[in-house]
Amino acid sequence: MSELILTPNIDRGDDFYAALLKAHDGLNKADSDALNARLLLVLANHIGDGEVLAQAIEAAANAAPR
Amino acid sequence: MNATNKIFDTPLYPYERSADQDAATPARHTAIVIGAGPVGLTTAIDLAHQGIETVLLDENDKVSFGSRAICFAKRPLEIFGRLGAEQALIDKGVEWDVGKIFFQDRDVYQFDLQPEQGHERPAFINLQQYYLEKFLVDRIREMQEAGAPLEIRGQNKVVSVSDRGDGVEVRVETPDGEYELHADWLIACDGACSPTRAMLGLEFEGRVFEDNFLIADVVMEADFPSERWFWFDPPFNRGQSALLHQQPDGVWRIDLQLGWDIDREAEKKPENVIPRLKAMLGEDVDFELEWVSIYTFKCRRMESFRHGRVLFAGDSAHEVSPFGARGANSGIQDADNLVWKLKLVIDGVAPENLIDSYDAERTRAADENILNSTRSTDFITPRSETSRTLRDAVLDLAEHYPFARPMVNSGRLSVPCTYDGSPLVSADALTGGPPRTRPGSPCPDVPLGEHDYLLRHLGDRFVLLTIDCEAPDEIEEEGVTVTRLALTTQDDRTGFLKERYLGEAPSAVYLIRPDQHVAARRIEYNETLMRTALRRTLGKEVAK
Repeated sequence: MSELILTPNIDRGDDFYAALLKAHDGLNKADSDALNARLLLVLANHIGDGEVLAQAIEAAANAAPR
Repeated sequence: MNATNKIFDTPLYPYERSADQDAATPARHTAIVIGAGPVGLTTAIDLAHQGIETVLLDENDKVSFGSRAICFAKRPLEIFGRLGAEQALIDKGVEWDVGKIFFQDRDVYQFDLQPEQGHERPAFINLQQYYLEKFLVDRIREMQEAGAPLEIRGQNKVVSVSDRGDGVEVRVETPDGEYELHADWLIACDGACSPTRAMLGLEFEGRVFEDNFLIADVVMEADFPSERWFWFDPPFNRGQSALLHQQPDGVWRIDLQLGWDIDREAEKKPENVIPRLKAMLGEDVDFELEWVSIYTFKCRRMESFRHGRVLFAGDSAHEVSPFGARGANSGIQDADNLVWKLKLVIDGVAPENLIDSYDAERTRAADENILNSTRSTDFITPRSETSRTLRDAVLDLAEHYPFARPMVNSGRLSVPCTYDGSPLVSADALTGGPPRTRPGSPCPDVPLGEHDYLLRHLGDRFVLLTIDCEAPDEIEEEGVTVTRLALTTQDDRTGFLKERYLGEAPSAVYLIRPDQHVAARRIEYNETLMRTALRRTLGKEVAK
């Protein structure tokens, strides 16, 4: 079974984060939400592995503020 | 009025006084079926086909008004093939393979069902429910002429049902007053609002979807192709969905989502329906409304489909959303699953608890159908702002990238259930065998020579299918005869036999049930193990 990676794994993380913000520049809330949704689906398809995706959903849900 | 409308109006099985109404003591029949819809007609035909004396009762005397169920899948067509009722359906039905998906004002993508080759029947046909019912009644008349023990009684409304343990008593209302009938077995195919279920006080719980759909059949001379068109959030029905699908005789099915807070009576009026349809079809398209209805739906099933000697089949037992054509299609498969078991029990060959496996296998199928149709509904009618955002993201992506297209869910079209884990099914003992023919699966068809197909040789009896291995021509066990069908890969010119039944295995033996589902399979014939598998399928062994 594949394990979800929860340690730093993105090559040049600051660049990625900046690119993510830039993609949202000038978008209203609805368009931003739509972009996030499309991005999520593109990434999920790239990962593909259902086990990893299930762990990712759980990891994201678990990190909600209490 | 066009010719099709006459079907609604002509009594197909008008009321006739039966000798049972004058009997001094109530007549007792082997089987009574309530409801002459697609499921009741199929059940009655299958029962009579197996030689079981049957009376089919219906409160009406005509086919259903309006086309209702329109999409019939391969597996039900195969069942009608087994019952000799298939040709008229296929001749009349419209075959289709292409579906188009629209989102807002855009044509997002189209798909081809690319029906698998090497099957006798098409993947789907569209056919109005009234035609299906008419053709099934024709089949009943044909069987009656050949001496089949089957009666169909119109305007016979069942007004009370009591289960007596070893049989059932019903009271029937007719234009000549009431009479009483007894039966060994009662099969209630009386629809989602089943009066039988209500009379027995049985529950039918599930999820209600707060939405209304306008369903309209229109007759038009239009050059829309024979494709299934589905719109999400179209300009002519903002925020909602729409479906256009062709039926025979130039009749088109239109399904428009309306939302929850509407005036149902007003929405049904032609002065409101026609502008909606014009917005969809174009101002210049001439059409005539054949049938309009507004429906809501629930996804629910009975906890058990068997209550003593009363069995529930079709919508009376389970109700699904219409997305995916899983209603009538699954009900017809209920009949297919039930009748051979009833035959064995009635003949005293199998114990009565064999009938419990009908409940086990078909509640599993119902759960699968409910799951699939609920997921379709959640995609088509998102329940929250976020689910709508995600749904729209899938559609936007689908326009550009193939990966998102399988996520678009406008209905996962009906496929048969594999009875994994059924008490009647033996563990898979064919190493390297294709998963699609594992025990519990419906047998996929295979061409055998020029104009012959495998499924023509299966069904109604137990068959021992051998591929490239030896076995006796007949096995007798517990009063059941299993007949061998010997095939070889040498004659398998298309390669489908090997692909569908051997996979990596060098040879195979399949024990196939009368409903054309696999009961057991092994690499070679083994007398002791095959007999055990057969007893298990008769409800006489506990599954491994």
